[in-house]
Amino acid sequence: MFNSLSEKLESAFKNLKGEARINDLNIANTVKDIRRALVDADVNFKIAKEFTDKVKEKATGEKVINAISPGQLMVKIVQDELTELVGGKEADFNITGNPAVILIAGLQGSGKTTFTGKLATYLKTKKGKSPLVVAADIYRPAAIDQLTVLAEQIGVDIYAERENKDAVSIAQNAIKHAKANNKNVVIIDTAGRLAVDEVMMTEVANIKAAVNPTEILFVVDAMTGQDAVNTAKTFNERLDFSGVVLTKLDGDTRGGAALSIKYTVNKPIKFMSSGEKMDTLDIFYPERMAQRILGMGDITSLVEKA
Amino acid sequence: QKTKEGFFAKITKAIAGKASIDEEVLDNLEEALVGADVGIETTLAIIKRIEARVAKDKYISTGELNALLQEEIEAVLVDADNTSYKNFEIPEGQKPYVILVVGVNGVGKTTTIGKLAHNYKKAGHNVILGAADTFRAAAVDQLTIWSERVGVSIVKQAMGSDPSAVAFDTVTSAVAKGSDIVIIDTAGRLHNKAYLMDELTKIKRVIKKVLPTAPNEVMLVLDGSTGQNAIEQARHFTAATDVTSLTITKLDGTAKGGVVLAIANQFKIPVKFIGVGEKIDDLLVFDKHEFVDSLFKR
Ligand SMILES: Nc1nc2c(ncn2[C@@H]2O[C@H](COP(=O)(O)OP(=O)(O)OP(=O)(O)O)[C@@H](O)[C@H]2O)c(=O)[nH]1
Ligand SMILES: Nc1nc2c(ncn2[C@@H]2O[C@H](COP(=O)(O)OP(=O)(O)OP(=O)(O)O)[C@@H](O)[C@H]2O)c(=O)[nH]1
Ligand SMILES: [Mg+2]
Ligand SMILES: [Mg+2]
Repeated sequence: MFNSLSEKLESAFKNLKGEARINDLNIANTVKDIRRALVDADVNFKIAKEFTDKVKEKATGEKVINAISPGQLMVKIVQDELTELVGGKEADFNITGNPAVILIAGLQGSGKTTFTGKLATYLKTKKGKSPLVVAADIYRPAAIDQLTVLAEQIGVDIYAERENKDAVSIAQNAIKHAKANNKNVVIIDTAGRLAVDEVMMTEVANIKAAVNPTEILFVVDAMTGQDAVNTAKTFNERLDFSGVVLTKLDGDTRGGAALSIKYTVNKPIKFMSSGEKMDTLDIFYPERMAQRILGMGDITSLVEKA
Repeated sequence: QKTKEGFFAKITKAIAGKASIDEEVLDNLEEALVGADVGIETTLAIIKRIEARVAKDKYISTGELNALLQEEIEAVLVDADNTSYKNFEIPEGQKPYVILVVGVNGVGKTTTIGKLAHNYKKAGHNVILGAADTFRAAAVDQLTIWSERVGVSIVKQAMGSDPSAVAFDTVTSAVAKGSDIVIIDTAGRLHNKAYLMDELTKIKRVIKKVLPTAPNEVMLVLDGSTGQNAIEQARHFTAATDVTSLTITKLDGTAKGGVVLAIANQFKIPVKFIGVGEKIDDLLVFDKHEFVDSLFKR
C-alpha cells in the first residue's frame, strides 16, 4: 500500500515541479491517501486523521528545496512525525529494588507468558540478574505447565502454587520467596483478560496494589486492529502501566496499533518481541517502527535519494 | 447502543427524502465500518453498493435505510454449502469427519477445539482429538485438560515429535474405532514463515494417506481483535491448506472482527462459529445478521 502511496505522492506533486511551496490546495488528496495508508496499517482512524491534520499543518507553506520533490518532502515529513510520535522520549527500564517487581498484563493470547520467559532470559544474560518468574495465571488450562517448561528451558526459577486459587496471594508469596532465595527480579505472569471484564480487571489491579511493581508492562499483539485504543485506555486507567511490549513482530503486520497506543496513553513502548524462541526480544526502535507502519524499505531510499 | 442509534439517526436524517446520499452520511458510514476493522477497500466497496442502491431505488425512507445497510453488508458474507454444522451434525456419508484447525499464534485454536468437541459430543457424536501442536510449551497438556473436561479421547505423542505423525495416528485411530469426528490441533504459526506453512501442507497430505477424502474441513481461526493482517493470514493459510471455514474468536470483547468482511469478499470462505469467552459453552454459530448489527454498536 505504501509503495503505491509513495508513487501516488510522487505523481500528485509531479505537476507542481515549478512551485516553491506546498499549499493547502495541492495537499488535500495527498493527505487523504496518507490517512488511508495509515488506516490500512491498522492505525486507529481517528488518530490517523489527527495525525494527518498535523502533517498537513507542518507541510503547508514548507519550502520545497530544489534537490527534493514535493512528494519526497511530504514523505519525509510524515516519517519524521511518525518516528517522533511512536518514540518520544527515551524510556528506561527500571530494575532497581530488591527485588524489582515486574507485572505483566494484557489480553488473552497476546504473548505474556512467552514474554515473561524472554524477559527473564534478557535480564539474566544481558543484565546479570537473578530472576524469578511467577505463575499467577490460575485460569488458563496448563498455564503453570507452560511457564514451567519455559523456566526450565532458560534455567530460571519459577514460583507456582498449584492449589492456590488466589492470584493476589500467589504474587505476594512469590515476593517473599524471592527475598528468601536471593532473587533480585520478580516477573509476574498474569492471566489474559479483556478490558471489559470487570472481575478480571479488578483482580489485576489488586495484584498491583499488593506487590507495588517497579514496572508494569502491557503486552500487545502487533496485529491488533482498531480496538487497540479501547484496550490500552482501559488497561492504563486500571493499572497506570509503565510501558508497552509489542509481540509477534516477526509477522508481516504493519503494526499501526503501536502508534494508536502511544498516541492514546502516551506510555513508552519498551520492548519488541519477534519470535517464539527465548532470545527473540529487543528493545524498542522508533525509526524501525515508523518505517514499518509506513511500509518500510523504499521510503528510506526515497528520502536518501533526495 | 446509544452510539448506534445516534449513528442511524444521523444517517437517516441525511438520507430521508433525498435521491442520493450526501457526503456526510458516507463519511459516517466509512467511520463506523473502518472503526470496526472492515478496512478501507471493503468499506469503499460497500459504500459503492449502497450508493448504487440509493440511486436505483430513489427516495429511500428512513425505515428502509437501516434494512438496506444491513442487507448490503450481509450480502458480502458467503454461506457454507452445507449447514449441518449449525446443529453440530455431520454431513451424510462423511464419517469420520476430520477437521484440521489452523491459525497464527494465540488466536484461540486449542480453546475453540475444546468448545467444538463439547458441542459435537453433546450432539451425540464420538469425538477424538489430535494433539499435533508438539511445539509450544505445554500445548499437549492444554489440549489434554480440554479433552478431560469434555470427556473425549485424545491422541498424543511426546513434545517435539513430528506433528504429521500425530495427525496420522489420530485419523488411523479414529478409523479403527469408528469415531464420528476428529479434530486436530496444530501449533500456531505466522503465515509469512514458509517452512512452517509447508509443515501444514505436509500434515494435510499425511492425513490423506489414511483417508483420501480427509480433512473434510480446514478451519482457520482468526482473533476478532486482529486488524488488516487477518487478510494476509487468510491468503497464506488458504494457499497452504485450502481453508474451508473460519471461526472468529474473542468477540466477547470490544473488538468487532470486521476484517472478516474483507476476507469473505476476497476469498469466499464462510464463517461458521464465533468464540465469545474462555469457557466450554462460549462458542456460538455465526449469525450474519447479528454480526453486521454489532458492527454499528459501540
Ligand atoms: N511468532 C511469534 N509468536 C509469539 C510471540 N510471542 C508469543 N508468541 C506465541 O503466541 C502464542 C501465545 O503466547 P502466550 O505467551 O501463551 O500468550 P499469553 O498472553 O500468555 O496467553 P494467555 O495466557 O492465554 O492470555 C504462543 O503460541 C506463543 O508461542 C512472538 O513474538 N512471535
Ligand atoms: N475472551 C476470550 N478468550 C479466548 C477466546 N478463545 C480463546 N481465548 C483465550 O485466548 C488464549 C489463547 O487461546 P488458545 O486456545 O491457547 O490459542 P491457540 O491459538 O491455541 O494458541 P497457540 O497454540 O499458542 O498458537 C487463551 O487464554 C484462551 O483462553 C474467546 O472467544 N474469548
Ligand atoms: Mg499466558
Ligand atoms: Mg494451541
